[in-house]
Amino acid sequence: MSFNHHGVWAIYKFEMARAKRTLWQSLVAPVITTSLYFVVFGAAMGGRLSDVAGVPYGAFLVPGLIMLSLFTQSVSNASFGIYFPKFSGTIYEILSAPISPLEAVIAYVGAAASKSVILGLVILATGACFVPITIEHPLWMIGFLLLTAISFSLFGFILGIWARSFEELQFVPLLIITPLTFLGGVFYSLDMLSPLWRAVTLFNPVVYLISGFRWSFYGMADVSLWLSVAISLGFLLVCSVVLWWIFKSGYRLKA
Amino acid sequence: MAMPAIISIQDLTKTYQSGFKALKGVSLDIRQGEIFALLGPNGAGKTTLISIVCGIVTPTSGRVLADGFDIVSQWREARSRIGLVPQELTTDAFETVWDTVSFSRGLFGCAPNPAHIEKVLRQLSLWDKRKNQIMTLSGGMKRRVMIAKALSHEPDILFLDEPSAGVDVELRRDMWQMVRALRESGVTIILTTHYIEEAEEMADRIGIINHGELVLADEKSALMQQLGQKQLSLSLLEPLAQLPDALAPWDLQLSADGQELVYAFDAQADRKEISRLLRALNELDIGFRDLNTRESSLEDIFVNLVHRREGGTA
Repeated sequence: MSFNHHGVWAIYKFEMARAKRTLWQSLVAPVITTSLYFVVFGAAMGGRLSDVAGVPYGAFLVPGLIMLSLFTQSVSNASFGIYFPKFSGTIYEILSAPISPLEAVIAYVGAAASKSVILGLVILATGACFVPITIEHPLWMIGFLLLTAISFSLFGFILGIWARSFEELQFVPLLIITPLTFLGGVFYSLDMLSPLWRAVTLFNPVVYLISGFRWSFYGMADVSLWLSVAISLGFLLVCSVVLWWIFKSGYRLKA
Repeated sequence: MAMPAIISIQDLTKTYQSGFKALKGVSLDIRQGEIFALLGPNGAGKTTLISIVCGIVTPTSGRVLADGFDIVSQWREARSRIGLVPQELTTDAFETVWDTVSFSRGLFGCAPNPAHIEKVLRQLSLWDKRKNQIMTLSGGMKRRVMIAKALSHEPDILFLDEPSAGVDVELRRDMWQMVRALRESGVTIILTTHYIEEAEEMADRIGIINHGELVLADEKSALMQQLGQKQLSLSLLEPLAQLPDALAPWDLQLSADGQELVYAFDAQADRKEISRLLRALNELDIGFRDLNTRESSLEDIFVNLVHRREGGTA
């Protein structure tokens, strides 16, 4: 047994079943929230807002809103997935099982990322009900979707291992991810900002992720595509290295 | 008995980050097919020892082989042979009994086998509850679920950490029955407990652990003889200056103030000795106002054993 595929599948199925049980919370709630954004910004205010580089404002919003959900849901899914066994004590079984850290990560992060991707596609479909959407580079779109879902799920997994309380679990998404996302160009193009704010915003890594994803829809971007790709891969790499260290040292998992 | 060791623990130590030395060089062989009881007070290192063998705690030094596989370098082979029922009742809440037991089987790398899961559930009287969510079950039932999870992947070695903690008498009986049945089927069982009765009831061999050291590991029968020590104390009416020669055969101890006579005897030995002693006292006209007997407790055994060790004669 060099790869415990039964074990990976068991965890993956378990995590997906958890989402099924909490369907309302994991799928319906984000869809409703996103629809509200469309109603408020797209329908109510959209008419008064000008096009962004030739793209109607409502349509411009769609990739940003998908990314917004992808960030928050990947982090919360993955962090909760590993935090809860730690909290309830059932982690003993994972730790004593013949399953390697890599296999466990594939299972947990794979499940969290799958859920996010499904959610992203559902939001895309929801958006298409409100505004006309074009996807100029579908393969790039899928690529960014997967890359973001996986790297933020990895990040969430790290957060779940690090957190020692539910407060700590909420802390990072609420105080870091959400502000960075809102200030990262979900609702506006960087061109709309003053030069000073534009310069400050460029330090926000989320800008590059949203910009790249939006480019795959409309061919328009705030920053260069390759910079977006580089930042996305860089984030994935950083999370992978941190996780590798966590398992090597047993940090907050093993005494 | 020349049965091969299925678990071989060599010089195992564990020092936690806090500096607490939970294990101070434990060496122990568990024989294939036996029921081994690890006996010790709370905080003695029982759970640490089990947790290391199962891969939950990293050892500081030493070596453990499970079925010949090193638990560190050959962890996959080693772990797939071991089932663990931890002390705490830690189960998922929303899963059904069937799902959680099937999950465990998969986690341990086994292909689905509904027939085996059914067998385990029936054996543990959980079959009727298979579609229930775990949170709807009683504490005793939850413990059965944890045992079922540990047996789902057909392990050769089963660890039961404090199996009777918080378990009612009936379930304890059932569990003992089940443990014996498992042993019949060839599973080696290691259980920890701080109840002597449990060790006495179940085990083939008993190991005593205290302050992170294995004080002793022996056949139950040999150990129970030591555990079976009793004391008879007599409070005398008149203090004795010294023991009369006529009482020499009983190897009595006289307290410093001459008020109390203590007779230590083996509970399994000839009961007539006591009546002979009392008759002798009567003949010598030594009266007593009170008498009581005391069985040596696990604690006494600890004190004795630890003393003997520290004295360097063991």
